[in-house]
Amino acid sequence: MSDDRDELDPGARGRTILFFIGGVPLIGLLAAAMVQLPRSGAGHSLYGDLLVGAAVRERHVTDVVTAINFDYRGFDTLGEELILFASVMGVLLILRKSDEQPACDDREDERQTRRAPPTSEAVRALGLGMIGVTLTFGLYIITHGQLTPGGGFQGGVIVATAWVLLYLAGDARAYERATPKPVVEAFEAVGALAYALLGFAGLLAGLSFLANLLPLGPIATAHSGGTIALLSVATGREVAGGFVLLVTSFVEEALAERAGSS
Amino acid sequence: MTLDAETVLQLGALGALVVVGPVVVLTRAPRAQVIAFTCYGLLFGLACLAFQAPDVALAQFVVGAVALPILVLLTLARMRRHQEEADATRARLKKERQG
Repeated sequence: MSDDRDELDPGARGRTILFFIGGVPLIGLLAAAMVQLPRSGAGHSLYGDLLVGAAVRERHVTDVVTAINFDYRGFDTLGEELILFASVMGVLLILRKSDEQPACDDREDERQTRRAPPTSEAVRALGLGMIGVTLTFGLYIITHGQLTPGGGFQGGVIVATAWVLLYLAGDARAYERATPKPVVEAFEAVGALAYALLGFAGLLAGLSFLANLLPLGPIATAHSGGTIALLSVATGREVAGGFVLLVTSFVEEALAERAGSS
Repeated sequence: MTLDAETVLQLGALGALVVVGPVVVLTRAPRAQVIAFTCYGLLFGLACLAFQAPDVALAQFVVGAVALPILVLLTLARMRRHQEEADATRARLKKERQG
C-alpha cells in the first residue's frame, strides 16, 4: 500500500521521515509530562475550589461551569462568541456564490446522470420525526444551562441540528424555505449583539461590564441566576444562527441545482 | 488494589480511545474516515462523562459528533461537485476540438 502511495506522490517518503523526526521526540515529551499529571479527580486549584464553594451561594445556580462561563468569566465567553461570529463570516465570504454562471448547454443532461438517489422513506420518517424532539432538547439545554450541564453553545448546535435534519430528511426546498438567509443572519446578529448589550447594561447601572444585575431568584429554578440565563439564550441564538448559516453556505449550490431540476 | 465501577469506566473509555484513534489515522478514504472520526468523537464524549465532566462531554458530542462531521461531509460533497463540473467541461472541450 505504501509503495503505491510513494509512486503516486514522490515526496511522501520524505514527509514520513520528517514526521518521525518530529513525532518521536514529541511522544517522549508528552509521556514525560503525563507521568507528572495529578491523579484523576485530585488536581484541585484554589480558584476552582473557591468558585465551587461560592457559586450556589452567590448566584443561586447549581451548574458551576455555566456560572463561570456566563458570569464569573463572562467576558471570556464574549470573546469566544465573537470568534465564532467572525469565523462564520469568514466562511460565508469564502463560499459566497459567484455571479458568473458556467455557460454550459448540456447542463440538463449532466444533471440527469448526477442526481442522487431519492431519500428512503425510513430516513425521511425518522428524520422528520426527530426534528421536534431535537428542537425541544436544544431549547431545554439552552434555557437550563444554569441548573444542569449545558448552555448556549451546546444547545445552540443542537437547535441548529433540527434544521440540518430537515435537509437530511430529503426536502431541500423545505430547508431553503425554513432558512431565509436575511432572517437567519439577523437572528444570529441579534444574539451576538444582545450579549454585548447585556454587558453594557452593567456599566449603565454603575457596576462593572457584564455585572449580574438582575434579581437572582430562588436557588435552582428555571429563573435563578439573574443574567446567566439571558446570556445563555443570547449565545444560543448566535451559535444556532451561525451554524445554520454555515450549512446553508455549503449546500447553497446543491439547493439551486435541485430547485432548477424539478 | 481494588477497582471501583468509576475507575473501570474510565479505563474502558481510555482503552477505546487508544483503539479507535489509530483506526481514524489509518483509514484513508475520506468518507470512511469521517465515520471513524465521528465514532472517536462519541467515545471521547463518553470519556469526558466518565471523568465527571458533563459540560465538556456535551460540547464534545455536539462539536465532535455533529458539527465537524457535517461540515467535512458537506465539504467533500462540494469538492466532488466541482470535480465533476471540471471533468464535464474538459470532456466538452475535447469533443469540440475533435468535431
